[in-house]
Parts: sequence; structure tokens; C-alpha cells
Amino acid sequence: MDQPLWLSFIVAFLIMNVLLGGMAYMTWFERKVLARMQDRLGPTRTGPAGLLQPIADGIKLLGKEDLIPAAADKPVFFFAPLVIFVTAIVSVAVIPFGGQIDVFGTDVNLYIADLNVGALFLLAFGSIGVYGIILGAYASANRFSLLGGLRAAAQVISYELILGLSLVGVFLLTQSLSLRDILDAQRANLSFGVLEIPNWYIITQPLAFILYLIAAVAETNRAPFDLPEAETELVSGFHTEYSAFRFSFYFLGEYINMIIISLFASTIFLGGTDGPGADTYWGLGILWLLAKTVFFLFFYIWLRATLPRFRYDQLMGIAWKVLLPFALLNIAFTAFARLIANGQVF
Amino acid sequence: MEPQIFGENWIIIGLMTVSAFAIGMTLLLLNWVVAPSKPSATKAAPYESGMPDIEPVRPTFTPRFYVVAMLFVIFDIEAVFIFPWAVIFDELGLYGFVEMMSFIGLLFAGYVYAWKKGALEWV
Repeated sequence: MDQPLWLSFIVAFLIMNVLLGGMAYMTWFERKVLARMQDRLGPTRTGPAGLLQPIADGIKLLGKEDLIPAAADKPVFFFAPLVIFVTAIVSVAVIPFGGQIDVFGTDVNLYIADLNVGALFLLAFGSIGVYGIILGAYASANRFSLLGGLRAAAQVISYELILGLSLVGVFLLTQSLSLRDILDAQRANLSFGVLEIPNWYIITQPLAFILYLIAAVAETNRAPFDLPEAETELVSGFHTEYSAFRFSFYFLGEYINMIIISLFASTIFLGGTDGPGADTYWGLGILWLLAKTVFFLFFYIWLRATLPRFRYDQLMGIAWKVLLPFALLNIAFTAFARLIANGQVF
Repeated sequence: MEPQIFGENWIIIGLMTVSAFAIGMTLLLLNWVVAPSKPSATKAAPYESGMPDIEPVRPTFTPRFYVVAMLFVIFDIEAVFIFPWAVIFDELGLYGFVEMMSFIGLLFAGYVYAWKKGALEWV
């Protein structure tokens, strides 16, 4: 890192605030888009086009009574929601929003931390988030919570495996786990005669991209994989007993995780900040990244409006019987192709 | 790849963890200050569709979850081996490829066995 620590901290502070603001407006975006898809208007009363709705929601939640069940395991009940919230926020540290830019004569890095194990860091923090769910479910001392928590844990660990294995193809091609290296590797162009296409990994790793997309939806407990919070059978799953702001931490965590996993997908498969004009104007790179991320977020909402929920045995069956063999197949195939491309065989 | 200074990245991440935690605690404190508090026995009872609980909830669950957890541990260890292998794949060459394929092959045999034994059937 070639910038003073205080500058990195300012960048980190800004990115954290933008993330929290983006999360708040993600709820607005979801309600609006979902409403349009169901032929409704969505929030309209608070501010123009309901734009103040997230703020109103926040204030309302702050004014709610924080109930703690008598049978709850109090210390665990207190801190479990914070686990999922903190891990979700810290995950943004390794996402690169571009390279270096020049602000008033000072070089500023557009990323918080360039870890050589960046991708692994993201996956690891995603798994720590599971503790927030399972501890909260256990500490609530409620049947619905416990069932929802167990479902969530089994689902998240199953799909996390797929998520990790689907990315191996990209690591094989980049020979690095650093997200900045992955970003740089995608800036080159692939050329087929006269046709020049960007070397985004969605083109060289299409199977990995599909696997990642399915696993990412399941990993964040979103429809059609939202069984941990299936309202019709489990009230609302692992956060049944939570109220007021403690309850909202689960939602904040879920939405931040959605944004993180979309940023991650854009960086790994869609070239991140790469796009027409991104090398000429530095601001355009960030806009490209955000546009790709919003596309993924829209896709999440689209799925929720379109597909019914899976049955639990179908959910586990998809992960273990369909996606896992395909993920292993993709690794073997990519490794073999790489060997041939390197001329290390025959 | 140039060697990275290990410390500073992790200092930033540590500071981020602390400040995220501080944001969370501040919001909870604000909630505690602003919100009304009128505790009652009914509110403190576990939610149970209007029926009082006959016995306290014990964390009991089906052994299916154990099986899934065990399978996860096996395949996660596989992933732990695959990640560094993928990063130095070019250096290892054909030797590394054959080694990893036989490792995946062995685990795949175990996977087929688990499937045939019904460990992947949920119902």
C-alpha cells in the first residue's frame, strides 16, 4: 500500500457510508420494482416517488420497543444480530472500485485493502455471517426460530461450497486470489480475427457464472431459496423473536450481503470497472461497476417476483446432486484447458 | 506479483470492524433511549400461535443436519486444498493436474457412495 494510513481510513469511511446509504435505497428500489411487476405503485407518500421511505422506516424502527423473551439466552441474543451486520459491512474492504486516482495532487487508492487472499476473505466473512443466524435462532428459545435457523445454516453451508468451487475456474485463469489482479486480468481484449471482445470471465467461464449466480441467491437467503424465512410455515424463521432495531440488523445484513455479492459478481465475471471509456475518465469506471451491480440487484428482485419457493428437499437436492458435480466438472475442464493452453501436456 | 505489506491492510480491516460494531451499538443505544419500554409477562413469552408453551424449547433437531454438516466439512476441506492449488497451477504443470484430479476422483467416489447410501436424500 503506497498511501498514508489516514487516507485509507477516509476512503474506508466513505465507502462504508455509501454502502449503508445504498443499502437503505436498495429497500426502496426493491419495493418500487416489485410493486411495478405486480401492477402496483409502491411507496408514493413519503417524499417525491416515495424517496424518503427508507428514512421514515429507519425512524419508525428506532421508536419501537425492543422485546427480549424471558427464556432467551440474553448475551447471545444481544450480539447475534451484530455479527451478521458487522461481517457484511467489513466484506466491502476487498472490493476494488478502480485503481489509483489523483485528487488535488494526492494519489488515492479506490479500494480499502488489497489482500492477496481477497476472494477467500469475502467467502470467509460470508460464512461467519451464518453464526449470526444460528446463534440468534438458538438464543431466541423459540421453535420457529430454531427450525428457521437450522434450515438457514444447512442451506448456507451447502451453497457456500458451490460458491467457492465455482470461483476456482477464475482463480485458475488468473493465478491469483487478489480481486485487483482478477480485475486487471479482465482488462485485456480477446481477439478472434477482426472481432475484439473484452476478456471478461463470463465469456471464458460461463458455467462458473451460472453456478455462482444460483449459489449467490441461495447464499443470501433470497427467493426462490428463502426457506429460512418461509412465512407460511415458520412465521418468519430465525428472527421471529427479534424486534425494533435488533430485528432490522438482520435485514440490514441481508441487504448489504446482496450488494456485496453483486459487487463481487460484477468484479469477478463482468470485468468490474472495465467498460467503454473507463480508462479515459476515472469516474466512468465506478459508474460501470455500479451499473453492473444494479443489474444484479434487479435480477434478484426479478427472481423474487417471478419464481415460487422451492421445497426444502429440492433445495438441498439442487446443491448436492446437481450443482456440486457441475462445479467439480468445471474445475477439471478449466484445469485441463489451461494445461493445453500452456503447452504443458502433449 | 510484488510482496504486499501485510500489516496495513489488516489494520484498516480491524478499524472497519471496530467502527461497524460502533455504528451498530450506537443505533441500539439510540433505540434504547427513544423507544418506550413497558415489559409484561405476555410480551416476554415465546411466540407460539397464541398457545402457551407446555415445555421449554430444547435445541433438538433431525440427524439430517448432522449428515449435511459432515458432508460440508469433507468438501470444504477439498475446497481448502483446491484454492492454493489453483493459484500455483502454472508452476505445478501436469504433475499438479494429475495429483489434484486423483484427489478429486477419490472424494468423488466417496460422494457417489454417500449418494447411493441415501445421505443426500432429505425425506
